[in-house]
Amino acid sequence: MVRILQLTILLLLAGIVNAQSVSRGEIRGLDEQIQDVKKDVIDLTAELTQLEEKLLFPSNTQVSFFVSFADAQLFDLEAVQLKLNDEIVAHHLYTFREIEALQKGGVQRIYTGNVQTGSHPLEVSFIGKSPAGKEHRANASYRVDKAVGPKFVEIKIAGAESAINFKDW
Amino acid sequence: MYLRLVSALRGAVPVSLLAFVPALALLCSPAAVGDDGKDELEDLFFGEAMFQAYQENFFDAIVDLDAELDQYRRLDEPELDPFSAHLGQAEFSVGDLELSYRMHREAGRAIEAVLKGNVPQPVRNEAAYRLAKIHYHKQQPSNALHALDMIEGRVPERVRAEEQFLRARVYMELGRFEEAVELLRDLKGEESLDGFVQYNLGIAQLKSGQEERGILELTSLGKNRSSDTARQALYDKTNLLLGSHLMEAGQLELARPYFDRVNLEGPFSNRALLGAGWVEAKAGRYDRALVPWKLLQDRKNTNESVHEAMLAVPYAYGKLDVHSTAAINYGRALESFGNEIDTLSASIKSIREGKFLEALRRKEAAQVKNWVVALRKLPDAPETHYLLDLMASNDYQEFLRNYRDLNDLFERNEEWLDSLSAYEDIIELRRAYYEPLLPGLDKRFRELDARIKLRIEQRDRFASRIEQMLVTRRPEHLAKAEEQEARLQLQSLRKLMAKSPGGFTAATQRRVARLDGVLDWRLATEYDHRLTEAYKHLQELNAEIEQLQTVYQSYVRSRQAATHSYIGYNDTIRRLRAQIQNTQGRLDTLMARQGNMLETLAVNELDRRRTQLESYQIKARFALADSFDRANELQEERADQMKVEQHRANQPEPLPQDNPPELEAPQKDGGEQ
Repeated sequence: MVRILQLTILLLLAGIVNAQSVSRGEIRGLDEQIQDVKKDVIDLTAELTQLEEKLLFPSNTQVSFFVSFADAQLFDLEAVQLKLNDEIVAHHLYTFREIEALQKGGVQRIYTGNVQTGSHPLEVSFIGKSPAGKEHRANASYRVDKAVGPKFVEIKIAGAESAINFKDW
Repeated sequence: MYLRLVSALRGAVPVSLLAFVPALALLCSPAAVGDDGKDELEDLFFGEAMFQAYQENFFDAIVDLDAELDQYRRLDEPELDPFSAHLGQAEFSVGDLELSYRMHREAGRAIEAVLKGNVPQPVRNEAAYRLAKIHYHKQQPSNALHALDMIEGRVPERVRAEEQFLRARVYMELGRFEEAVELLRDLKGEESLDGFVQYNLGIAQLKSGQEERGILELTSLGKNRSSDTARQALYDKTNLLLGSHLMEAGQLELARPYFDRVNLEGPFSNRALLGAGWVEAKAGRYDRALVPWKLLQDRKNTNESVHEAMLAVPYAYGKLDVHSTAAINYGRALESFGNEIDTLSASIKSIREGKFLEALRRKEAAQVKNWVVALRKLPDAPETHYLLDLMASNDYQEFLRNYRDLNDLFERNEEWLDSLSAYEDIIELRRAYYEPLLPGLDKRFRELDARIKLRIEQRDRFASRIEQMLVTRRPEHLAKAEEQEARLQLQSLRKLMAKSPGGFTAATQRRVARLDGVLDWRLATEYDHRLTEAYKHLQELNAEIEQLQTVYQSYVRSRQAATHSYIGYNDTIRRLRAQIQNTQGRLDTLMARQGNMLETLAVNELDRRRTQLESYQIKARFALADSFDRANELQEERADQMKVEQHRANQPEPLPQDNPPELEAPQKDGGEQ
């Protein structure tokens, strides 16, 4: 019976060898080709994204809103809603990963659209919970002054203080 | 078993750390904790790329960061761009992200570029460390050591411990265990590497001949307990490793506690239960071996340890001479092996029909944790529990991820192809809308242009006159229209009077002279006021021209925007479409090759397990027959024994041969005397 144990070990080792029965050279060659194609798709996607932006959101009408956390606080942001010119343009429900990314300092592009030059009212509201489970919500208004160039506005959410700050970029 | 465990575990720990390291590096990256002391986000788009990176959307993060870096490098004065505050972090982050996206060559190139650049020594050291990490991950320890040797002086604080840890593991890969021991000993107490340092130190000590110290180190690590499953798994691995090591060294009494320490719910529990049983069996205590083995016997019957226990349990019963129970257990094992062999055959068929790859391509694969295990719930999908060991191997993991990456890229490109068609429709709609409007707009534009030119001419004329008048006083230039008319009439009258002086009365001549005087007086006295007014009018004219020019510029922009919204895209779209289609062909081929590799390895693994079960089946059949024979023999022996006993019982009670002394006849000698 002890032989069964030895046999098992041998078979397990054979399994490892089996897993490598596809030759190393073949694996390496394929891996390099995969890396090449990844690089090509990355370059292609960058160009396509640029084309898309130029076509759909030309700089003279482009407006983008970004959401960030005011500080690296523990706050479970549940949803953010944006109203531009009295029209809901974005309503986002947050996943756990997105909240974590915001807490680490990431900035989320929540909306990109087109507006004429001039002043446009923006209303932002959010709802979320503090680590203690207390619900926080806030609303804030801002005037987006669109000039000839693209307009970028950062919406900084201070969840625990139920506050929203804006920054023009 | 020990050797296998050592190699398997030594492979496993660095992988888990590699998963941590980019995350740690990224934690330090954005807008914070850097050597430059920046803690504010200076560039919105860097923050956006990091948002993707933190969610492990590596592809999107690389595309964003590459675009930012490319844009930055094309600037005339890049140092004025706010992105320059994040440049160093961005370059390293791209390398990290490429590494996480399994683009080792690109990551290596990016880091080598940093090494060749004119950068401060700490940055160069960090780059060398990262390059070493890539080589280590690619299983090239010599190259990794070469990269580490490029480090001069101190490396940045935040990667110092990781650099030392990497160096130690490189030494271990190269068989330089003593040097590894030295480094790892210094690293003990490093919080971020807690557990991993001790584990590697223990292994290095065992390998370098410091058996006792190694065992002590690993024992102290294995005694820990944690609610974190990953950490507990490390402790369990350590205990399993030591238990197996001691069992193979014949130190059975010492080995058992290590197996007992392994968490019964953890991923190493099956092997620990099996090992605990073998320790007792080797010591001849089969009754005690049955305790862990019977526990294992009732566990999930796709596990190799469970299969082994299914044979081990009846084996122990046999040793305890309980052959009938042994026979029952062999029968149970045979039935289970038969079912499993059928499942394995169906799984192999399912993989060959492409069901495995089909399941891997599903969206849930990326979202559900342990998707591979969940695959088995899908109809016709293979039994993936058999593939867990294979799937835990580094190579297979890489293949799986690459396959999913290729599939993801393929789907992204398909979406782009759809988008390009939509863009073409948009462009045609725009062309159809704007082109008929443009001739009318252009006519109005020409009228506007003529007005602007006229106004500009007028403005220039006024401006030059006002300038002249500031130098030389010219009241006549400021005469109003009726005054100009009067001046001209008076001039012609004077000419007439000069030609025929007798034709005019003295009163008329005086009157003309008076009118001349009145006009000159008015122009002279109102000159300053009129000059000021003229200047104001010039300003107004300038404002009007400016307004006209704004309208003009706005028209030019609108016209440009209109034409730019549909002109000049067709060639680009055509080229991009051709490029995507070409890439799709390559992706398709590579997916087929990578998929074939995955299928081959999975089928090989299932086939191996099936062969193993078939061999177990044969052994179980023989053992079953043997147990039956022995059980029968035993039964016969018992029956014979019973017969003997019965026969004895049926015999009449034999007369006692020895009488008790009281029944003995009195001795005649004494009485008679």
